[in-house]
Order: sequence, then structure tokens, then C-alpha cells
Amino acid sequence: MSGISKIKDRLKAFLIELGDLSYFTGRFFREVFKRPFEIKELLGQCYNMGNRSLLLVGITCFIIGLVLDLQTRPTLMEFGAVSWMPSMVSISIVREIGPIITALVCAGRIGSGIGAELGSMRVTEQIDAMEVSGTNPFKYLVVTRVLAVTLMLPLLVIIGDAIALFGSFLVENLKGNVSFTLYFNQVFDSIEFGDIIPAIIKSSFFGLAIGIVGCYKGYYCAKGTEGVGKAANSAVVVSSLLLFIIDFIAVFVTDIFYDL
Amino acid sequence: MNDKQNISHSEIVLQIKDLHKSFGDNHVLKGFNMSLYQGENLVIIGKSGSGKSVMIKCLVGLMEADSGSITVMKNDITKLTQEALDILRADIGFLFQGSALYDSMTVRENLEFPLRRHSKKFSKNADTEALVLEALTSVGLAHAIDLMPSELSGGMKRRVALARTLILQPKIILYDEPTSGLDPITAKEIIILMQDIQKKYNTSSLIITHDMDCARVISDRMLLLIDGIDYAVGSFATLSASKDPKIRAFFKN
Repeated sequence: MSGISKIKDRLKAFLIELGDLSYFTGRFFREVFKRPFEIKELLGQCYNMGNRSLLLVGITCFIIGLVLDLQTRPTLMEFGAVSWMPSMVSISIVREIGPIITALVCAGRIGSGIGAELGSMRVTEQIDAMEVSGTNPFKYLVVTRVLAVTLMLPLLVIIGDAIALFGSFLVENLKGNVSFTLYFNQVFDSIEFGDIIPAIIKSSFFGLAIGIVGCYKGYYCAKGTEGVGKAANSAVVVSSLLLFIIDFIAVFVTDIFYDL
Repeated sequence: MNDKQNISHSEIVLQIKDLHKSFGDNHVLKGFNMSLYQGENLVIIGKSGSGKSVMIKCLVGLMEADSGSITVMKNDITKLTQEALDILRADIGFLFQGSALYDSMTVRENLEFPLRRHSKKFSKNADTEALVLEALTSVGLAHAIDLMPSELSGGMKRRVALARTLILQPKIILYDEPTSGLDPITAKEIIILMQDIQKKYNTSSLIITHDMDCARVISDRMLLLIDGIDYAVGSFATLSASKDPKIRAFFKN
């Protein structure tokens, strides 16, 4: 009996959390089009999130490009299909690996950062101070951060894809003596707008999810330093989980369009 | 007629009537009443968890009361629109317990922040830099203008927070535990500063504190918040002479 009631309680807590998160998302969409527009803060956040995530995204994607090529090469060689390598790698990276890896890196880097920052602001009453000074803290803190991640993530994905492809090219150049021109000619021959556009749209949704979850966890952080830690941690866990769910939906929807 | 008698005849700038606030089954405020007069320092004392902070947060609209009325300068804040409340907030300064300075901003930016939000309150030609410097000078920290909050001591943070509260030239200042977490010397400096500000700007102050020294020095009147109601109101001398055991408990030491 106690086991069932525990499950009931957890389910109830989960549904309440889901409801609160949905309400928070709805509030974001209501507030985003209202004045005043915090342009300066938005640009500052874009710089903060985009520029400061670039190195981490770049290194991760570069290694992913190298590893993907190194792991795939022997199998393709077995079938004498090594010339397909640029096409295969580029489609994998552009459609799937680039967006999801970049989003996961950003969930860790940006999501936890937002959760901890807003959580600490909540605990130290800075959000209350902002409200008392006549500023809408939701608009100033949440809307700007969510918009910044939503706008910056597609850009980071594009740069990450390029770096991953460059990593793959390096392996091809060293192992197969493939020239830069030949490799990237094959890459651009095999990629279509139908690969790029859905990936960019998907990345925006990834950014939205990271921003919303990070802000939600931080904005409603429990009092105390433990609350800040929990906010940062659960921002990463929940947004990472959401990324895979969004990815599945995006692939499913894209597949429907491909079939048309 | 002395100053304190004058105060009781001046205009009421803030009034709370029959305020109720509960969190689930926990009834924190059970019909709380109070009035703050123009130019008065009213100190509110109560045990931890007695609802002082809840009351002060209801007062500035950070929390919604379950019932009752809160009138600030003739405006019932429970009935104001968000826009009207934001405008009214320019006349209410709030000094938070932990100073609540924005960590990511310099001292200058911390002070400029409320100014930008309430630019309509000042003339178009108002010099932001001069206003910031004036507020910082009044708390003796003009030299700290370009420092980050992390570079300030606890006492300095409290002073900067006070300057940020002052910069909009509020008519009412709410102090939430202004001396908590400070050493006795710094606490005394903050109390003197509060008195100076009150004299200089003729503000009305509502001070929540546990510090009886602070209450003794600064209060024109004291209000004891016990069991969610305004249990007793009077001067420090009157209350400290009370025979009521609940009141005596606050003056034991």
C-alpha cells in the first residue's frame, strides 16, 4: 500500500511540475512580445552564451568528427565504400550528431549556468529587489535568457557542424590522402537544404527547451545553497531528457515530410 | 509639543487593515493592523517566523495577501494594476536583509538600474552620474563606485544597498533586518546612517529588526507582532516597562 501511495505521490508531483513548467512556458510566450524589450540584456546574454560556449562546442564537435570518421572508416573499407565517407559523415553530422551533441554540451554549460545564476539570485533576494525596483524580473531575466539560447544554439550548431566536418576531413586527409577540395565537394554534393533546415529548426527548439528548463529551475529555486545546487543539477538532467524527446519528435515529423 | 507628538498628528502614509495570509494550514498573519505616519520611524519586532517578512513582502506586492487592505500613500496596492504598482514602487525604498545587490553589476550599475526603470520620475536633464554619486556620497562610499559587489565587505554592501534604495528619493523606506549579520560597530554605523537619511530626506521608515539596540535608538514607535497580530504598539520606553509576559520576553536582556 505504501509503495502504491509513493508512486501516486511521485506521479502527482511530476504532473504538478509539468503543469508549472507548461504555465512558465506559456508566460514566456505571452511576455516575449510585450514592451519593454530588454535589447541590451538580450545582446549581452547572446554574447555570454554564444561566445563563451564556442570553445567547448568547437572542441567537442572536432573530436566527434575525428572519432566518427575513425570508427566508420574500417567498416566502409570492408565494403570498398570508403569514398562514401564524406557523404555519410556529413549527413550524420548535419542531420543528427551536430545538433544533439551541441545541444547536450549547451545543456551542461548554459542550462546549468542559468539554473545556478537565477537560483542564486532568487536565494539572495536579487529577483525580489528587481521587482521592487519596478522591473519585471521575468521579462528582464527569463525572456532574455530563453531568447538568447534559442537564437544562439542554431549558430553554435552550424559552427559545430563545420568543425566536426573539418575533424573528419583531417582523418580522411591523413589516412586516405583526400584533398580539402575533394572532401568538401563531396560533402556539399550530398547535403541538401532538406538536411540543413530541419536541423536548424530542431536546434532552435533545443535552445528553447534548455532556456525554459534552466530558467524555470532557477526562478523557482528553493531557499538555501542546496536549492541552488539542485536547480543547476536538475536543469541539466531535465533539459537533456527533453532534448532527446524533442529530437525524436523532430525526426518523426521530418520523416513525414520526406515521405510526402 | 515634542517631535514624537508631532508625528502622531501627521499624515498616515502607509496603513494595513485586517491583513490575513496563510500558507496551507499555517496561518501567518491573522488580522494584522498598522499605520505609519509621515516622518516616523516605526520598528516592528517579532519572533522568527512570526510573519514580519511576509507582511513586508505583502506591503510591496511581492506576495499577495489573502484578505485585508494595504494603503500606501492613499493607493490600495491590492487593487492596483501592475503598471500602477511599479510607478508607486518608485516611492517605496526596500533595504533587503542580505543587501540583494546584483552580483553581475558594478556598484554604479546597481545604482543606475532603478534610475533607468523610473526615468520618468526625474527631469530629462537629470544627470545620472550626479545622482549616483550623490547617493553614494550620502553613505560614504563614493570611492567604491566601480567595484563589484564581491569586492565589498558586508557593511559596505549594506551601505551600497541603502544608496540604491535612496537613489529614487523614496517617501517610505522599508528596512528588513538592516543590522543583521553585521558586527556591532558596523551595525551602529548603519543605524546612524539610517537616522541621518531620515533627517535629511524626511522619509517615513518601517524597520523590521531583532536588534533591540537598533530599536531603542531609532524607533519613534514600536509594534510587537505576536501570533500573527499587532499585539502591542507604543514607544520603546512604554513597551519596555510593560508587565505583560509576552512583551517582557522581548526586553529581558
